[in-house]
Amino acid sequence: MATLPKEEDVLADAWGPHLNRMDGSRMDAGVEPDKIVPTHCCFCGQQCGINLKVKDNLVIGFEPRYDFPFNKGMLCPKGVKRYLQGGHEDRLTTALQRDPDSEKGFSPMGYDAAIARVASEIERIQSQYGPNAFGVLSGASLTTEKAYLMGKFARVCLKTKYIDYNGRLCMVSAGAANKKAFGIDRSANPWDDILNAEVVLIAGSNTAECSPITTNYVWQARENGGKLIVVDPRITPIARTADIFLPVKPGRDAALFNGILQLMIENDWIDHDFIAQNTVGFEAVAEHVAQWTPRRTAEVTGVAEKSIRAAAELWGTAKTSFLMHARGIEHHSHGVENCLSTINIVLASGRLGKPFCAYGTVVGQGNGQGGREHGQKCDQLPGWRDISNPAHREYVAGVWGVKPEELPEAGVDCYEMMRKIDAGEIKGLLLICFNPVISLPDNAFVKRALEKLEFFTVIDFFLSETAQYADVVLPGSLHEEDEGVVAQVEGRVIKINKAVDPPGDAKQDWRVIQDIAQALGRPHGFTFDSPRAIFDELRVASKGGVADYSGITYEKIDAQNGVFWPCPSDDHPGTPRLFEPGSWNPIAKGAGPFYFPDGKARFNVAAYRPPAEDVDEAYPIILTTGRVVSQFLSGTQTRRIGPLVDQYPEPRVEIHPKLAQKYGIADGDWTTVESRRGTITLRAQVVTTIRPDTVFIPYHWAGRKSANQLTIAAQDPVSKIPEYKVCAVRMRVAESPSRQVDEAVPLDDSTTRRLDGSSPGRPIP
Amino acid sequence: MTPMEFFLDPNRCIGCQSCVAACSECDTHRGHSMIHLEYVDRPISVQTVPVVCMHCDSPTCAEVCPADAIKRTGDGVVQTARKPRCIACNNCVLACPFGVPKMKTEFSLMMKCDLCYDRTSVGLKPMCASVCPSGALYFGTREEIEHLRPRSEPVNTFQFGQQTITTKVHMMVPRDAGIHHVDVLSAMDEEPVGRGGTLDSVFDDM
Repeated sequence: MATLPKEEDVLADAWGPHLNRMDGSRMDAGVEPDKIVPTHCCFCGQQCGINLKVKDNLVIGFEPRYDFPFNKGMLCPKGVKRYLQGGHEDRLTTALQRDPDSEKGFSPMGYDAAIARVASEIERIQSQYGPNAFGVLSGASLTTEKAYLMGKFARVCLKTKYIDYNGRLCMVSAGAANKKAFGIDRSANPWDDILNAEVVLIAGSNTAECSPITTNYVWQARENGGKLIVVDPRITPIARTADIFLPVKPGRDAALFNGILQLMIENDWIDHDFIAQNTVGFEAVAEHVAQWTPRRTAEVTGVAEKSIRAAAELWGTAKTSFLMHARGIEHHSHGVENCLSTINIVLASGRLGKPFCAYGTVVGQGNGQGGREHGQKCDQLPGWRDISNPAHREYVAGVWGVKPEELPEAGVDCYEMMRKIDAGEIKGLLLICFNPVISLPDNAFVKRALEKLEFFTVIDFFLSETAQYADVVLPGSLHEEDEGVVAQVEGRVIKINKAVDPPGDAKQDWRVIQDIAQALGRPHGFTFDSPRAIFDELRVASKGGVADYSGITYEKIDAQNGVFWPCPSDDHPGTPRLFEPGSWNPIAKGAGPFYFPDGKARFNVAAYRPPAEDVDEAYPIILTTGRVVSQFLSGTQTRRIGPLVDQYPEPRVEIHPKLAQKYGIADGDWTTVESRRGTITLRAQVVTTIRPDTVFIPYHWAGRKSANQLTIAAQDPVSKIPEYKVCAVRMRVAESPSRQVDEAVPLDDSTTRRLDGSSPGRPIP
Repeated sequence: MTPMEFFLDPNRCIGCQSCVAACSECDTHRGHSMIHLEYVDRPISVQTVPVVCMHCDSPTCAEVCPADAIKRTGDGVVQTARKPRCIACNNCVLACPFGVPKMKTEFSLMMKCDLCYDRTSVGLKPMCASVCPSGALYFGTREEIEHLRPRSEPVNTFQFGQQTITTKVHMMVPRDAGIHHVDVLSAMDEEPVGRGGTLDSVFDDM
């Protein structure tokens, strides 16, 4: 019975987001902290080092962690204010049960009773409909230990094939492309390889807002003489002073990079020796890109021919380079091709596996890298093993003490799981670290699907907009309440340290999962007493796999400020740079530096396809979505932190003045943007820093402010990543909302007040 | 030991407001940010400029203070007004050529950046320059900045019409520009630097 027990507004009044601000011991400069805990930020994939100041089991502030080499004390505003997620009035300190008769829609229940209820519903659904009728959705902000445990829990305890995770909407297209081209999915180089690169090419990364600390690396490269090429439909802060800016039409990235490769070949700006010795498949790609003449590339991509030529020359003739990309080219129904098209220009240049010769994907989530390595993906087992591979099944089954044939087969991606819920195949769901009601595309469908569940349970620390659909909510742990490892953007495995205990009945997530296993009478393999114990099993489970963690220990991480995987033995220091000449890996076994039996990288034809939903007469404008610096993902945490909400209180729709003029829209006007799936009304921000055929809306907000009401659930056929970056919309000036709404968004008021999703007057009914 | 100095490079600024957020964590004015961070002209550019107190050698704010409330430490840090003396007259706010002091009416007190004196006086870096993810705000030795920024050089002379001001905080300017002072009034008439009109010209057919 997974329907909302009350109206969204009522639930928001009761459960937030409310805004937390500095007060009490956090405001008092005279308070001496009990301890200072070196750890990392809880937000993005950069995983900046930070010291948390703790007083009376509360994180009261931070101190820069100058000694962590990646960020050397630097933080973005989210990192600075992250401590305000603790001691929050919205924090769940008991289990909750859906209770439509109660004022707040949910009422507290005892933790043990909640676990018993969850177990009995799992038992009921699985005995009635079969093991696969119960699914698990997980997340890539969990520590690697928890991510590992979720995969094991689904396969061994629940015996369901249906588990997937929110990394599916993050960068799986990049992962799939990396596997196809290199046989391994990790940024190939440490970020220090940016510093002396002659050319830095950034494609589809709003670096300054989404991975701010990387900015300093890029600026340092420019101080050292490097040139910057940025590919983006918007002039973001990293693009503002770029040497070459390629304002690509959303969805046309593969065409652009094919065009660049065509010019590299035509002008012989390619490394013949590298291609001959280290790659296969170049000829087919060369033949394919011949059609991408500068003129045709310009026509398709909307980028001036002279800019394409200039970029190809700068890239083609460089001696060293760093190419990085992020969601801008990955969030497409042809995301894998987009990523492969960038990899092709890297391979053709031969600039890989050496200092300042680099390629990397900029991960989004805190454990976006580690969370996709050890088995919470629908087709994966730990160590990046394949659940369809008999040898892999046998090895992991051995570690887990089960028979290989007992392990389920591969499941499906998280959006397909929603479709299976809608179709009645999946009847029950356990969800952790995922807020699909905000983060999945076409979220009206997601809500309708969730409503069909017979039983839905969520583990979370706040009552997220998705948890509001649950029958039972189990109180989990904040980042600072547990320990474990994550792998950050460079592939560096680092250690999250515990600063405070969970409040009330809240428990570390791995304990909650194990309690459910216990209550089900299936405790075998779920009796770990610590994250360290889980990690020790993970090390064994990953041994010999591509993502080999067997030589990593908590102590080695401390001693080295992180360990780059693969790290296959106790005396191995880790692998900061992949693909170095002469390097060994378990697939090539010395045949070459890439992770294929012949040791060679693969060129892949990256055929251009238009977006799933192109513009037409009825919906003539491209909508693209993304992030702002002060918010993170679905905003479960950051929409509850006052200073971050002040910085950018509400989503706005960015519109170029030419387009705005056509529709009679002025800066600040309420504007309705409508797709075939939904409608949103927001204030316009009229700026020349976006393509005139495209509008942009950030996606962090809930309910009527959610950009994903509009987006399309088209997915890449290989990786299943959704097409967040292109759909077709139309636009009109909206009627004036009430004055109350106009005044609902103060920028500098320091009193606690609720702003998001639930402000007293809503923009448009 | 070489002293650590403050270097400001607005060209690196990405407008993330990390400095603004961290400033309010400083122990001398917790909960209140003293940094100014503005868009130059958001409709046409994402360029932003952060302003900290430049800590003038002859602080105009102190010179115009009728209550002699604004003091400069022996090592050249201009402090927030002394509470017992400040009469909240706003003279300093109006007079500062850099627009730095903030009048906090709730305390009847002028407050301003004091270079995180609780930190810098004991050898720590200021909050803003610690966290700044773009290096727009940097605190370190002269040798470090020369090593890190070979294409820029620090300038600490500013011209406001007839008034010449020298400051403790340095502004990084392109080395090849060959300038030895920043002419602030002329700079105020300039368009934002970097791309703005690019997308207009690319799509004239729209």
